[in-house]
Amino acid sequence: MPDLGLDVLFKGKNFARLLGGLGIALRISVIAILVSVVLGTVLGVLRQRENLILKAFMRLYLEVIRIMPQLVLLFLVYFGTTRSFGWDLSGETASVIVFSLWGTAEMSDLVRGALSSIPGHQYESAAALGLKKTQVYLYVVLPQAVRRLIPLSINLITRMIKTTSLVLMIGVVEILKVAQQIIEANRMNSPNAAFGVYLTVFVLYFLVCWPISVLAGKLEKRWG
Amino acid sequence: MGVRPVPGIVLEISHLHKAYGQNTVIEDLSLTVREGEVIVIVGPSGCGKSTLLRCINALESNQGGEVRLHGEPVLKGSKNLPEIRQKIGMVFQNYELFPHMTVLDNIMLAPVKAQGRKKSEVREEALALLKRVGLETKANSFPRQLSGGQKQRTAIVRALCMHPDILLFDEVTAALDPEMVREVLEVILDLANQGKTMLVVTHEMQFARAIADWVVFLDDGRICEEGTPEEFFDHPKTERAKKFLNTFTFERKARQPKTI
Ligand SMILES: Nc1ncnc2c1ncn2[C@@H]1O[C@H](COP(=O)(O)OP(=O)(O)OP(=O)(O)O)[C@@H](O)[C@H]1O
Ligand SMILES: [Mg+2]
Repeated sequence: MPDLGLDVLFKGKNFARLLGGLGIALRISVIAILVSVVLGTVLGVLRQRENLILKAFMRLYLEVIRIMPQLVLLFLVYFGTTRSFGWDLSGETASVIVFSLWGTAEMSDLVRGALSSIPGHQYESAAALGLKKTQVYLYVVLPQAVRRLIPLSINLITRMIKTTSLVLMIGVVEILKVAQQIIEANRMNSPNAAFGVYLTVFVLYFLVCWPISVLAGKLEKRWG
Repeated sequence: MGVRPVPGIVLEISHLHKAYGQNTVIEDLSLTVREGEVIVIVGPSGCGKSTLLRCINALESNQGGEVRLHGEPVLKGSKNLPEIRQKIGMVFQNYELFPHMTVLDNIMLAPVKAQGRKKSEVREEALALLKRVGLETKANSFPRQLSGGQKQRTAIVRALCMHPDILLFDEVTAALDPEMVREVLEVILDLANQGKTMLVVTHEMQFARAIADWVVFLDDGRICEEGTPEEFFDHPKTERAKKFLNTFTFERKARQPKTI
C-alpha cells in the first residue's frame, strides 16, 4: 500500500488541531450566514420598493461586492482599516465582516429574485379574496418565495463555507492553515504528509457540505 | 357610517372613467346591479370588459366616477377595502389558485384568515361546496394535479365560500379545452338558479343567452347597447352589436354539385 502520509494525523494532537481549524472556519461561516440571511432578507424585501436612494445605494454596494474578489475584500478590511482608520481588527472579525458583506449582497439578490418570480396574479387573487396586505405576503407570497429561495440559499451557504478557506491569507488559523502547519512540521520525517492531510481536509469539508446539499435536494424535490 | 343603502341595489357603478396613460379604456360608464340579477357583459376583445371588472373591486384605480357596493364606496387605497372585497367574489380567466396549497386550503384561507371564521365550520362548508361541484375527491389535491376545468371549479368554490354579495366572472372558460367548458358553465348556471347576484363576462353566446337576465354590450369602453337576452340576441338595435353578433355565426355558400 502506498504511503499516503496519514500517519501524521495520529501524531500528538494533529487531528484535534485540524478539527479545531475546521471549527474556526465554521464559526466564521455560521455567524456570517446568520447575518447574511437576516440582513439579506430585509434588503431583498426593501429592494421591492421603488425608492431611488435605496436603489442607488444597493446598486453600488452590489457592484462593488460582485467585482471585488473575496480575497481583495479581506485584505481591504483587514489591512486597509488598520492603515486608514487605525482599527485593530482581529483576522477573524475581519473575516466575519467580509463574509457578511458578501453573503448579504448575494442573499438580497436571491430574495429579490424569489419575490419577483411570484406572478402579480397571485397578489391580485389573494387581495380579491379580501386578505389584507400583510396576510397576502404571509400566506401567499412568502411561502412560495421561500420554496424557491431555499435551494438557492443553501447553495450560497455551501459556497460561503468553502470560501472561508481564504481567510488563512489574513492570518486566521483555520483548517487549511492548520493543515499547512502540520505538513510543514513533518516535512522531514513524513514527506508524504501533504497528500494525507489535504485528503483529510477534503473529507472534512465534504462531511460538512454534503448533508447541506442533500437537504437542499430533498426540499427542492418536495416543493418542486 | 351614515350611508343608507338603496334597497335592492347591490352594486352601483356611476360615471366610471378609466385610462391607462392617454389611452381611455372605460368612458363614463354607469351600471346598476340589483339583488339576484345576472348581468352578462359581452363585447369585442379589448373593449374593456376585464378592466371594468377589475375596477369594480379596485384591483385597478380609476380616473373618475365611483363604484358602490351596498352604498359603500369601493376605493383603492381605502382602509376598509379588504373588507369590501370580501363581499365581491372574483373568478379569473386563469384560475389563479395558490399553487402551494391544497384545494381545501385554497378555499379555507380567506374565510379563516380574512373573515375570522371557525376552521371546522369553514371546512364543512368547503367540503359541501366541493361535493356540489363534483370535486369531493380532490380536496387534498394540489392545483397542479387538477385539470383546467377542475381548477376553475375550485376557484369558483373559493369565491363562493366567502359568501359574497356579488360574483364577478371574467371569461372563466376562455382558457379551457372545449370539453371542459360545459362542466364549468353548468356550475355557474346552477349558481344563477340559486339566485346569486352576478356579473358575467363571456364569449360563449349561447351560455350568455341562457343565463342572462340582462345583457350589456360594451364597445370601446362604453355601453353601446343593453337589453334582455331576447332583445339583444334576436333584435340587436345598433350596427355594432349586429356586426359583433355576426362574428359568431358561420355560413357556407351552397355546394356546387360535384361532377364526376
Ligand atoms: N395594464 C394595462 N396597461 C395598459 N393598457 C392596458 C392594460 N390592461 C389593459 N389595457 C388596455 O385596455 C384595453 C381593454 O383591455 P381589457 O383587458 O379590459 O379588454 P377585454 O374587453 O377584457 O378584452 P378580452 O376580451 O380580450 O379579454 C385594451 O386596449 C388593453 O390594451
Ligand atoms: Mg378580458
